[in-house]
Amino acid sequence: MVRYFAKRIGIMIIALFMIALVTFVIMHSIPGGPFTSDRKTSPEVEAALNAKFNLDAPLPEQFFDYVGGLLHGDFGPSYKYPGKTVNDFIYNGFPVSAKLGGITILFVLLAAIPMGVVAAVKNGKWVDMAVMALATIGVTIPSFIIASLLIYLFSYRLNWLPTYGIDTWKGYILPVVALGGYSISYMARLMRSSLLEVMGQDYIRTARAKGLSEVKVVFRHAMRNALIPVITVLGPTIANLMTGSFVIEKIFAIPGLGGYLVNSVTQRDYTTIMGVTIFYATFLMVMIFVVDIFYCLIDPRIKYE
Amino acid sequence: MEPILTIENLKTSFMTSNGEVQAVRGVSFTVGKGEIVGLVGESGSGKSVTSMSILRLLADTARIKEGKILFEGEDLAKCSKAQMRKIRGGKISMIFQDPMSSLNPLIPVGKQVAEMIREHHPEKSGEEIRKEVLELFARVRIPEPEKRYKSFPHEFSGGMRQRVMIAMALANRPELLIADEPTTALDVTIQDQILKQLRELEKQFGTSIIFITHDLGVVAELCDRVIVLYGGLVMEEAPIDDIFENPKHPYTLGLLASIPSVDQDKSRRLQPIPGSPPDMTKPPEGCPFAPRCKYARVICGRELPEMTEISQGHRSRCWLLDPEAPAENNPFAETGERGESHE
Repeated sequence: MVRYFAKRIGIMIIALFMIALVTFVIMHSIPGGPFTSDRKTSPEVEAALNAKFNLDAPLPEQFFDYVGGLLHGDFGPSYKYPGKTVNDFIYNGFPVSAKLGGITILFVLLAAIPMGVVAAVKNGKWVDMAVMALATIGVTIPSFIIASLLIYLFSYRLNWLPTYGIDTWKGYILPVVALGGYSISYMARLMRSSLLEVMGQDYIRTARAKGLSEVKVVFRHAMRNALIPVITVLGPTIANLMTGSFVIEKIFAIPGLGGYLVNSVTQRDYTTIMGVTIFYATFLMVMIFVVDIFYCLIDPRIKYE
Repeated sequence: MEPILTIENLKTSFMTSNGEVQAVRGVSFTVGKGEIVGLVGESGSGKSVTSMSILRLLADTARIKEGKILFEGEDLAKCSKAQMRKIRGGKISMIFQDPMSSLNPLIPVGKQVAEMIREHHPEKSGEEIRKEVLELFARVRIPEPEKRYKSFPHEFSGGMRQRVMIAMALANRPELLIADEPTTALDVTIQDQILKQLRELEKQFGTSIIFITHDLGVVAELCDRVIVLYGGLVMEEAPIDDIFENPKHPYTLGLLASIPSVDQDKSRRLQPIPGSPPDMTKPPEGCPFAPRCKYARVICGRELPEMTEISQGHRSRCWLLDPEAPAENNPFAETGERGESHE
């Protein structure tokens, strides 16, 4: 078990190195640089800036310098915001995104699992059809459209909730719903199909033959088995939601992490691109690792060696 | 013998997109107290559906359309869901065909058996229940019950899992045990041990058993009485000795001819019954076995024969038993030789 975990961590480090390398290469193959802009900067100034940040050194040297910094937890300075480091962006942006994301995940789980269970238990009845219709809408409509509709209805028409900002708890409601819409729909469908499959298993018939009520059959015998696929997608979903969504953060003016990545790409802010990418990749891998540990706790047949 | 279960004219159908599948089309039989009754037939004969109808464990698409299932004065076909739950696992319990998939993979086996007791005896303490489970494990010969209590199903062999299923089924001392092909998925040696176990338990507790199988060899070892099903109907019903010594239905003859035996003449091949069971979305008007029957006459394809009583407890559904049936090509004719020996 310990050996397995050590191996997994080793693989994660190798994967991170590869991600850093690929991102670095792709980033540098895009034309332009952090100090190229619409306003003409004199070649001397650009050269001086490049020299200051060591951008005139050969690429391999730059890469290994960067990785060296990473090993000390240093994501480097931002090229576009003088005096700021990428670490600052992450320290400031991540807690905001993580809080919004965390609330969204709770909301997603509390909505999607009951929806999926009810739909599966009432398979083919009108409740099932209603839930599935709603879930189809949630999967197909993009989050910015949901966000716009919500703002139009609850902020503009009804004037119940603020249109932007998260200064009060009310401010969280619309972004959470808009951000979680897709995941709720996806997970509700997954929960439903997974539970339906488990309900057809022989051991469910055994549970019924014991004289258990349908509620006990579902919750004691079917749920744990049916949750396994849901937990599988939960890892990446948590990583996605907690590292911030560019679209939702933009619409609701939330100073989270999501905005930094998109801005840094258009501005060729190399260190920010690298930093946010690596941060996201690490977070994702940790979540997947946590999911694997959860499997082990849920299913005694899974043993890591 | 006083019957504990009486099934009268049971009709169970599945509503599918291809129409109504009439799996059981009017089955009647009784099970006496302490009796082991074999339900025999090939796949699709209606034997499993009949047994699942008793505990109403059928899929949502299935419907009991007609008939009575009388158990202790109660009609199980009509009683409420709550009453049904009390009976399931309490007075009637069931063992299933595939022990590999019949236990919940995520719950220790001891707990799964304990749940059966707790459900029907909530007044018992946890310690009491645990003790009972350990006793049950010992009784079905699971080695090291203490240690095995906490094991998960995947840590058991097929035979051991079936023992867990038997322990579970017996946990509340049921009046009736329905065993749906409990040995089909097991090795022959394990099969034999499980059969011995069932026979022993029947003697100890006086539990009646409905034993469902397609294997007449198993029936010979275990059962007191046999009911042969085909096409959703009872074809023949007889005490065990009569089935083997004096079978009165061509289908039973066919089943007997297809059992291998150790001391048989090696030059004689097993005789399969040609053809396949009828399509139950359009059940035949006449005898369902007629298209495969080598003794079939014109009337067999047209009209369904009634059950004819041959002797006490021995009845068969065949036109050849009609007093007016000609003796020619008739294995059951009173005079002359039997058409074909099945030995």
